[in-house]
Amino acid sequence: MSEQVPLVDYLVLGDAPHLVANECVECAARFFDRRNACARCEGTEFRVVEVPTEGELRAFTIVSFAAEGIEVPFVAGVVDCGGTSVRGNIVNTPPDPEHVRLGMKVRLATNSLGADSQGVEAVGFGFEPVS
Amino acid sequence: MAEDVWIVGIHMTKFGKHPALDVVDLGAQAARAALQDAGLRMRDVGVLGAGNLRGRRDFGQALQKQIGQTGIPVFNVANACATGATALRVAIMAIKAGEADVGLAVGVEKLSGAGLLTGNERTEAGDRWTPEGRVGAVAALDGRIGTDTMPGVFAQIGMEYGHRYGGTSFELFARISEKNHAHSTLNPLATYQKRFTLEQIMNDVMIAYPNTRAMCSANCDGAAAAVVVSDSKLRTLSLEQQRRAVKVSASVLTSDPWSEACQVLPDINTLTRAAADQAYEQAGIGPDDLDLVELHDCFATAELVHYDNLRLCEPGGAVDFFNSGATWRDGKRPVNVSGGLESKGHPISATGIANVWEIATHLRGEAGDRQIENAKAGLAHVIGLGSACGVHILEKAAV
Repeated sequence: MSEQVPLVDYLVLGDAPHLVANECVECAARFFDRRNACARCEGTEFRVVEVPTEGELRAFTIVSFAAEGIEVPFVAGVVDCGGTSVRGNIVNTPPDPEHVRLGMKVRLATNSLGADSQGVEAVGFGFEPVS
Repeated sequence: MAEDVWIVGIHMTKFGKHPALDVVDLGAQAARAALQDAGLRMRDVGVLGAGNLRGRRDFGQALQKQIGQTGIPVFNVANACATGATALRVAIMAIKAGEADVGLAVGVEKLSGAGLLTGNERTEAGDRWTPEGRVGAVAALDGRIGTDTMPGVFAQIGMEYGHRYGGTSFELFARISEKNHAHSTLNPLATYQKRFTLEQIMNDVMIAYPNTRAMCSANCDGAAAAVVVSDSKLRTLSLEQQRRAVKVSASVLTSDPWSEACQVLPDINTLTRAAADQAYEQAGIGPDDLDLVELHDCFATAELVHYDNLRLCEPGGAVDFFNSGATWRDGKRPVNVSGGLESKGHPISATGIANVWEIATHLRGEAGDRQIENAKAGLAHVIGLGSACGVHILEKAAV
């Protein structure tokens, strides 16, 4: 299998792809990006924790008009993964309000962004409906 | 005890296309008209708060060169869509602190034809996937992990409210837009003064479901300026100036406190609630005392959540509140009788002073065909993503 890189460093690839967060050791607030200190409690110690791969769609929009080079329409949403809110696209379902509904159960799915000049494949993620 | 602060001069330019004017021209037009309205000169002004995001960073100084270089301190401020409110807040703070007795705040933007203002900030570069930034992204994330565009962000905010409390639909959000466009027909300074049917709004170009084009704020050019004075300065002015003065009963600026999901979807609710609560506390009046409200309807989906955030309705009751007709101009709590940002337009840095102008104009009884009769108190709200929220409560002079 060719080499892969994740679209973002909080996506862990492999046999069971999942997301990870930096959790504040002091107050348990979770962050996907690198933080200098905890925005909630000012703590400076973080540990890496796994985020559940299944969740509930709490908000979405169907973007029909976007910056140049972005394929539309696509569904952007916020998924509540066991208490951790995750931003991601809703994928593998038609992008319309009949198929995408608030409160629907979704699970993490990965997708390929293609290979670079060295044959390294970038892999992104979205959430697909749990049928 | 800090002195009361009064608006004695205020102006909003026509919002729309001003191809022949640059940001300094537009700002100067608003500033000079506000000073004229106040019966004051630049030489009377002790502090200048200046806001412009997309023109020039030295806007305040550039403005002085056209209207009067008097050597006073200039604060060039930037707080996204709350930039104008921030400029006004600076002038008010200087007066409350006793550092000045007359302040001028000016906000201006040229946005005609600007299109989408955010999204896809990173360009696809190089022939290797290379991690960059605070999440080690190997490619642009807009469109791959959610959306960075404002219509989409605010669409989700409205949908989230619907998920929490129920009762929302595409049609409901479109009806909010229908109201604001209907209101705009009475506002000669609005960019668009056209009434749309519900069908026209829902069948307009979809931008980010459930926001169609008619449900998005209009990009336009415009400026607004306000002259504020201390209580003791006001008493030196003519009786006519005192009669037209509008009391700044509350001036509040907040940023967002941490909340669980704010890293993935901006939380425009918590800081707006905090600003509203502080403003009502400062003013000593409550939402039931307001004769009109201008709130930040950058998108139809945003207006709904702010009914709740500004405490205009019971918690969770924004849908019922709107359906009651309360927010139409003949309702019990008129909201955005100017036409709101969806039709009046949203020249970013001008907006936070323009909505104060709208309220002040009603309190002075000078709003013409769209006058809310006997208006005695009103609230102006803006939010800039990031975030910053400005709330001003104004009251009619007792004189």
